Amino acid sequence: MPARTANRDDMKVERVSDVELVVTRSFDASARIVYELWTKPEHMKRWWAPKAFGAIMYECDNDLRVGGKYRFVFGKEGEPKMAFVGTYKEVVPNERLVATQLFEPMPHVGEAIITTTFAERGGRTYLELRQRFPSKDVLDATIATGMTEGMRLTLAQLDELALAHSSDAAR
Amino acid sequence: MLETFAALGEPNRYRIVDLLRSGPQAVNDIGARLKLNQPQVSKHLRVLKDAGIVDVEARAQQRLYGLRPEPLRAIADWLERYRDIWQARFEEIDALIEDFKDKEKAHARKNRKPR
Repeated sequence: MPARTANRDDMKVERVSDVELVVTRSFDASARIVYELWTKPEHMKRWWAPKAFGAIMYECDNDLRVGGKYRFVFGKEGEPKMAFVGTYKEVVPNERLVATQLFEPMPHVGEAIITTTFAERGGRTYLELRQRFPSKDVLDATIATGMTEGMRLTLAQLDELALAHSSDAAR
Repeated sequence: MLETFAALGEPNRYRIVDLLRSGPQAVNDIGARLKLNQPQVSKHLRVLKDAGIVDVEARAQQRLYGLRPEPLRAIADWLERYRDIWQARFEEIDALIEDFKDKEKAHARKNRKPR
């Protein structure tokens, strides 16, 4: 699948394999600032469930250390709450985060591994978000059938489906 | 969309949908391929049918279950939506960065004044 590039900024979403999605974007700030905004619940509440999607972040527990757990509860007003949960595997402040991620409503799809890197160059911070989804039975079957691109149903697509759904009412 | 999502949240239903991508099939064939008994398959097909994901057609003596394209198309469009989510998130971070810089500037001004 070719890289998809946004018009307004340098964001790219690239599907690098059947189980891996990579999102990249740069920010006009130091890695220290971006890392702080990325990880502190007070800031996450604003960006993680963007207003444009009509989603609300109800809970944001983020125990940012190796072995620490996080739990992000979100949803749309009047609809069931849903959560992403996981455990941090690596925490290198201002540089790199590795964490597991499970979408609670669909636990059988298994845990994804999310690797986030913050690279500062010339006063800008280049963020890379690499999401690797588990190659379990269901996904193997999905890949093995070799369906056409438009019909491909990946874990990546299902992963944040709930959040995407939240946008339906906002549009 | 949420109904599609909920219906696919069950592993065997997900497998059935996956299997039907190759074309419509009879209940018995689905059961044989996925090693599920017929009542199980029928139960899952009923849920998938209620969610609008599959439809049934009579062909010769058989009733064949096949995928309806619309709900799956909605999910296939999801990658586009996924990009939109991240776009919106990153724009919020841009706004937070601006706030942060404004605060730092205000702070710098305040510190300069007494001199």
